[in-house]
Parts: sequence; structure tokens; C-alpha cells
Amino acid sequence: MAVISYREALNQAMREEMERDANVFVMGEEVGHYNGAYKVTQGLLQRFSERRVVDTPIAEMGFAGVGVGAAMVGLRPIIEFMTWNFSLVAIDQIVNSAAKMFQMSGGQFNIPIVFRGPSGPAVQVGSQHSQALESWYAHVPGLSVVLPSTAYDAKGLLKTAIRDDNPVVFMEGETLYGMTGEVPEAEYLIPFGVGDIKRPGKDVTLVAWSRMVHVCLDAAKELAKQGIDAEIVDPRTLRPLDTAIICDSVKKTGRCVIVEVGWPQAGFGGEIAYQVQRQCLDALDAPVERVCSDDVPMPYAKNLEDEVQPQVKDVVAAVRRALYLD
Amino acid sequence: MTLPDSARVEPEQAVPTTVDELAPLYRQMLAIRRMEEAAAKAYSQGKIGGFLHLIIGQEAVCVGSIAALKPDDYVVATYREHGHAYAKGIAARPIMAELYGKKTGLVKGLGGSMHLFDKPTNFLGGHGIVGGHVPLAAGAAFASKYRNDGRVTVCYFGDGAATIGGFAEGLSLSALWKLPIVLICENNQYSMGTPLYRSLAVEDVSLRALAHGMARDRFDGDDVIRVKRRIAEAVERARVTGEPTLVEIVTYRFRGHSMSDPGLYRTKEEVEEWRRRDPLNRSRSRLLEIGMAEAAIEALEADVKAEIEDSVKFAEDSAPADAYAPYVMKGAQ
Repeated sequence: MAVISYREALNQAMREEMERDANVFVMGEEVGHYNGAYKVTQGLLQRFSERRVVDTPIAEMGFAGVGVGAAMVGLRPIIEFMTWNFSLVAIDQIVNSAAKMFQMSGGQFNIPIVFRGPSGPAVQVGSQHSQALESWYAHVPGLSVVLPSTAYDAKGLLKTAIRDDNPVVFMEGETLYGMTGEVPEAEYLIPFGVGDIKRPGKDVTLVAWSRMVHVCLDAAKELAKQGIDAEIVDPRTLRPLDTAIICDSVKKTGRCVIVEVGWPQAGFGGEIAYQVQRQCLDALDAPVERVCSDDVPMPYAKNLEDEVQPQVKDVVAAVRRALYLD
Repeated sequence: MTLPDSARVEPEQAVPTTVDELAPLYRQMLAIRRMEEAAAKAYSQGKIGGFLHLIIGQEAVCVGSIAALKPDDYVVATYREHGHAYAKGIAARPIMAELYGKKTGLVKGLGGSMHLFDKPTNFLGGHGIVGGHVPLAAGAAFASKYRNDGRVTVCYFGDGAATIGGFAEGLSLSALWKLPIVLICENNQYSMGTPLYRSLAVEDVSLRALAHGMARDRFDGDDVIRVKRRIAEAVERARVTGEPTLVEIVTYRFRGHSMSDPGLYRTKEEVEEWRRRDPLNRSRSRLLEIGMAEAAIEALEADVKAEIEDSVKFAEDSAPADAYAPYVMKGAQ
């Protein structure tokens, strides 16, 4: 299998789907001539021309709405937000237009659209550019919410997203673009609502998505040194959510720690904790633990930024609490 | 500061027309009026709930402009859209049944008054967030340009939308990308209860076109034939050159913003003055002038009365709405 970057995997997914379906087009700020602010759309303009790789002015609410309108009449837009932070000025189009159109129209107008772009805190870019907004979008019926953690997942999930007949919120890890992984040459798709065990284990279940999967993988190495065997479950899509894979793991381990980079209050981990206690209370040997960022806007200084976000030591500490070791 | 002239000089004389052209438009306007009067009555009886925004007084705008379109052209409208839906070719029965929240409603009782949609007639809603639908309309026009399908999109919005970002961005992108769209500001002079002078620094909304190098037009909306002629110019521009136009049509709603609004922010005299310019009376007089017999007009009016009474009976007799889960996402059960 080829080893390619997460960025290249996303690029391949778009390129292949654009070759496959002439209704698919990409639109966003700097996606064409600049080749993408994060180079995810590199080379697409040269291959598909300005008709299908559309540079926009800075107008997220405008071009997100253009995408929804084009999708109403049968095109399949991929709308790139330079970062998901900027989706907040377009959220009306995602929540009030895209997510509701099929319902409002009594099932007449489905919206086959992908909103995609980098998500989650990067490095020292300040509070307005360092947010994990998946819990916001996962709240909304009518949307699918996808957060791949590896190059393999990124490609397979993005191809599924582009072929989906409904709106998809596709959140890429801003710090994962350069991460490499094995990706098959042959075409594959990953269905929504199917989680993946990123590391098998027997003592504790860690639930994480996007970059936090990698924090958990590092934490698992540390825990292994302490004789603790952690299983890492990556739901990959928060909506629909594969509760079965999470609960099956918890039934095996009896302990559950949910790790997310978002804020604690009303964060998606709270929903997972609810599902776990509801579906496998008898299997739990300890209260469900959550590891989140601190409940503050992100500071700029590197030392403070690290302090705010979940680190390996925070995951290790939560696991030890769940095992009543501390 | 001097602004450019606001409007083309309005001709004093009536726009030339024929009975064959005007009678069907008068019939549509009357049907919309009667449909909304029936809806208002049902609302006061508690048979229709939620918000009910009536267009009474503004009928010539939607009827005249949609008369300038082909069936394949797209219409995107606001939450005050019963008239636009009817003018685009949707029957009174499914519209009324939707207001009643019935299974036979246009969108199965899931949308209500504000969210009428109809794929067969290319009626793309029915949108409840002021200005948010302007980019959607630009998107439909973008798709027409993408496919080179020759269709034109018409987007309606009120003067109240002229102050929000969705309108500004939709206008800007339509101009930048030269989209085949006609943006129609139905200026009824009140953003809910706020008059123009308290919401707009410059009351002529059509002037916004100048900053975008976009064609514009502005005129009174009480003569349905004038509306049709002037919108036809903009539609032709979109279809032939692919260029957008911003059109402002000055009009007036006779009733409140919605059924819950008694309209106390307007004087009786002002409302009475506009009622004297009622586009329906104007068209009816014109029909007599150009040779339609009184008896023929009365027959047309009786026909409309029967159509609307039938739609009310249909709505009242229909079964309640009964399903919502299959309509969250396509393919969902």
C-alpha cells in the first residue's frame, strides 16, 4: 500500500469523485489559483478548470448559501471553509438551509453538499482560530458530522461524503494534514456510523476522534509501561454515532474515558457518556471519565495553550482514576 | 452628497395590454387575494396556526413578475410567499392544506405557511430567515450557468432584507460571477413595524446595484402589466447576456406584518391612500376599459370564488399530517 499524507488522501478523494461525477465541484476561498490555504485542493484547478474549482471572495455565508442553492437543483458542491472557525458566519446556511431543506420541502429537495475544512486548535493561532465545533454541528438533525483521524479514514470517508445525498459536515484535523498513513491503491469507501478500533486492549476503553486519537495512542504507550492495556475506539462520525462499537468495548473493559479537544460543557463526550451508562450500566466498574480542554477561550502563549488542551498526562491520569489507581 | 437619480420616469398613461393578457393575471391576483382572505378567516378560527404573513395589496408584484418567466425558471421567495407559489402554478388546494397542516399539504404539513416548496413548478421555497435565501437563489443561478441550461432565477425579498448580510453577499456574488438572476426587492415600505426612514440611510434599495456594476430598475408595483414588462427586460438580460439585475418594486401591504400585527405604526390615512391604488381594482377597471364585458369579469370572479371555497373544503376534509421521521434525510427511515 502507498504511504501518503492525510492531505494527499483528501486531495485524491476529491479528484477521484470529480472525475467520476461532473456535478461535483469545489468552491471556497483560495481553493483554485492559490491551491488551497492548506494545499488540500492542490492541482485541482489545473485538472478541472475554473468552472469546477471556484475561487470565492471572503463571503462564507454567501458561498455556503450558493452551494446549498446549487445542491437544491442537483449539483454536488464541496464547500471549503478555510477553517471551520469561519463557518460561524455561515452557520445559518448550514443549520437553517442545508440541514432543514429536505424536511421543509416535505422530502422534495435533498441537499447533496459537503462542507469541509480544517478544524480543532492548531498551534498558537489564538482563540478565534482555535476551536473544536463538532459538538455544535452534531446537535443538528439533518447533518452528518465526520472527523477522520488517519489518511485512510480521510479518503474513504470523504468519498462517502461526496456521494451522500444529504449535507455533510466534514471536519479535518488542522494538525493532521502532514501525518502519513497507508492508503490502498484500489477504491474504497467507509460508511458513516461505523467506528473503528484504533488500538485493541482489555483494561479500559478510550473514546476519541480526530487528533485526540493520536494523543490517546501516545497515552496508551505510556499506560502499557504501567501494565494497563487501553483500547482506543474512534467513532469517526459523531452523527450518525456508532454507539454499538463503544458499548461493546466498554462491556469488555468495564471502564470508559472519553477524550475530546472541545470544551467540557455540552461537549459531545457528554452524549457518549449518556449512551454508555444507558446501554451498559451493568458493565461499568467505575464512573465514565471525560478529558476535555479547559473551559476557556484558547490562549496564545505556547505553555498556556498546552496547559489548556488534553495532553498524554491528562489521559493517563483519567485512566488511572477510572481504574481506582490514584 | 448627490446620489444618482433613483428611478426611470414613470409613464402617466397605462401600459398597453389586451384582455387576453390581462384577464389571466387579474384572475391570479384575485385568487391570491381570496385565498389569503380565506386563510386569515381560518386563522382567526384557530384552524391555521403559527405565523401567517399575508401579501394582500402586493399581488401585482409576484403575479406580474412570474408572468415574465418560463416554467423552467426558478423562483426563490420569502416567508410571505403564498402568492408567488400560486403564480408559479401551484394549485390552491395543496397550498391551503399546507396552511392547515394536513397530510395533503404541499409539503405534507411539515413546512406550513412559510415553507412552501414545489419541485415540479421549480418553486424553491419558502424561506424564513430574512436575506438567507438570497445566496440560495444565487446558487440556483450558479447551477444554470454551470450547466448552461438557459434558465433564469428570480429571487424575492423585502426592504427589510436590504440591511442584512445574506442580501449583501448574494448581491455581490451574483454580480461578480455574472449569474442569470433577477433580484426583486418587494419594497412594502415597512421592515415589520419599522418604516424605511428608520432602517435605511438611503431608501432607494436599487442603488446598491451601482456599487456592483449591476443593472437596476425601480418602479411602482400597482400595475401588473407594468411589472410584467419591466421584469421581462431583466429576465431577458439574464437569459441572453447572463447578467443579473437588481429591481426594486414599490408596493404596500394592506394588512399587518403577520396576523398578530394590528399595524398600529401606520396611520389610517396612509393605509386608505394605498387602498385606493389597489392593484386588483386597477386591473379590473382596465379590463372594462379595454373591452372585457362586466358579465365576463363576474363569471371569472365566480370561478375564483368556487376555486378557493373548494380549496378550503379540501383542506378541512383532509387527514392530519402523519409522518415526519422519513423527511429528516433522504434515504432515512
